[in-house]
Amino acid sequence: MTGNFTAPPRLEIIDVHKSFGPKIVLNGLNLALAKGESIVVIGGSGTGKSVMLKCVLGLLHPEQGQIRIDGEDTVNLRGADHERILTKFGMLFQSAALFDSLTVWENVAFGLIEGAGMEREQARAIAVDKLSKVGMGKDMAEADPAGLSGGMRKRVGLARAIATEPDIIFFDEPTTGLDPIMGDVINNLITECVQDLGATTLTISHDMSSARTIANRVAMLYDGRIIWAGGVDQIDHCENEFVDQFIHGREEGPFALEVS
Amino acid sequence: MNNPFVALVPLAPLAVVGRVFLAFLANLGRVSIFTGKSLSAVVTPPFYWRLCLQQTMTIGYYSLPVVGMTALFTGAVLALQIYLGSSRFGAESAVPNIVVVGLTRELGPVLAGLMLGGRVGAAIAAELGTMKVTEQLDALITLQTNPFRYLVVPRLVAATITTPILVLVADIIGVMGGYLVGIHQLGFNSTVYLKNTYDFMEPMDVASGLVKAAVFGFLIALMGCYHGFNSRGGAQGVGKATTDAVVSSLILILIANYLVTTAFFDQ
Repeated sequence: MTGNFTAPPRLEIIDVHKSFGPKIVLNGLNLALAKGESIVVIGGSGTGKSVMLKCVLGLLHPEQGQIRIDGEDTVNLRGADHERILTKFGMLFQSAALFDSLTVWENVAFGLIEGAGMEREQARAIAVDKLSKVGMGKDMAEADPAGLSGGMRKRVGLARAIATEPDIIFFDEPTTGLDPIMGDVINNLITECVQDLGATTLTISHDMSSARTIANRVAMLYDGRIIWAGGVDQIDHCENEFVDQFIHGREEGPFALEVS
Repeated sequence: MNNPFVALVPLAPLAVVGRVFLAFLANLGRVSIFTGKSLSAVVTPPFYWRLCLQQTMTIGYYSLPVVGMTALFTGAVLALQIYLGSSRFGAESAVPNIVVVGLTRELGPVLAGLMLGGRVGAAIAAELGTMKVTEQLDALITLQTNPFRYLVVPRLVAATITTPILVLVADIIGVMGGYLVGIHQLGFNSTVYLKNTYDFMEPMDVASGLVKAAVFGFLIALMGCYHGFNSRGGAQGVGKATTDAVVSSLILILIANYLVTTAFFDQ
């Protein structure tokens, strides 16, 4: 996966601040994604990765800053304008967030039927096709999501995220809670699906193996801002002590000092 | 050392009262905004008719047994108690009259409302609360679907329409309960009992009960949705949302009952 770095950024986060009461979560966050680029944002728990994602999706509203999608500031968009921007997005939630009251294919086709207003039969055909792309047969289309394993739920969530063929796809901890083999399966599926679509992706993760597979660029979020960003091949040689501690999973380091 | 705040210590209880009052106002504001958003969603497309029908079945049809049983035994006990009380001054013949007025005006809508508040309010809050904590509400938004239109409106519409129907059924079953006790236990003549019931009942008695039922249904669904949408944390948060939904809907039903009664019958 390679990004088009000469074109204007597809997604641009500019000086974003977000607080909850006295707790400052995002403190001047800046990040830009070129078209076709795949970036993984890493960082410890509670550093604001999910809040950043929710701000980009418009589920939370920052107090300050801009979030530009294809050059358009989306921070103050509401109602139909916000829904128009959301048509560009696909999202795989950490828990997959499948609707238990619907079947697997209805979950995958939800954005097509409710968002794009497509006929159910046509949407079903697309959903079955997307399910086959993530390795799930037709026989699973009518299954109840509550009966699926964690890995299968992630696959259905991935099929739902790519069903509308969005420009930008967000992945929230795509491999959390999966065994290493299933995690690898999901990482490869993400890579294949994104390559097929030519989409831009923003992933937040703790999983370095996931980052190495999915990303062509990695950024580290700490204390509400990006403290390091670089190519995935640079991460093992970077001199940032936070990144070094994080990717090697060591207790000693600047993170440990904060804990103590 | 002179601490300037020592002089304020006697005011501490007032500060507590102030905090509670401000919290109450904040909650009232949040509920008002939620109600406004819900009502706005009711009148703006898209409309999810299939979901409205589904909720009508869940809220209305599946509540029939519990509402019917409640009404049957309430009517039976009412007939028995009125008979025991009125026999002290030789007014036993008033049993069918008081049973039908008591049921249609008060006990039918209020008891059905309380039963539905427990059954339906809890179910709505638990379902939506679980959706909230498992990010399904966020997923709906990212799939360009307004959660108010998709989740709140069908429940509000279904509860507001089906509760009066349930109460109408409850009224009939309750009167039947009183009739059965009156005939088989208290020795009333069947024809006389039914004639007294029919003659004494006025359309306004039934109408006021049905209006109350519509208001109660709206409040039950509104509280279930509000607390479900505002649940936080995991299982504990959903449990708290469910409890809050039931308690608040039951209290609001009793308050609304007084207000609607006053509006209908205040001279």
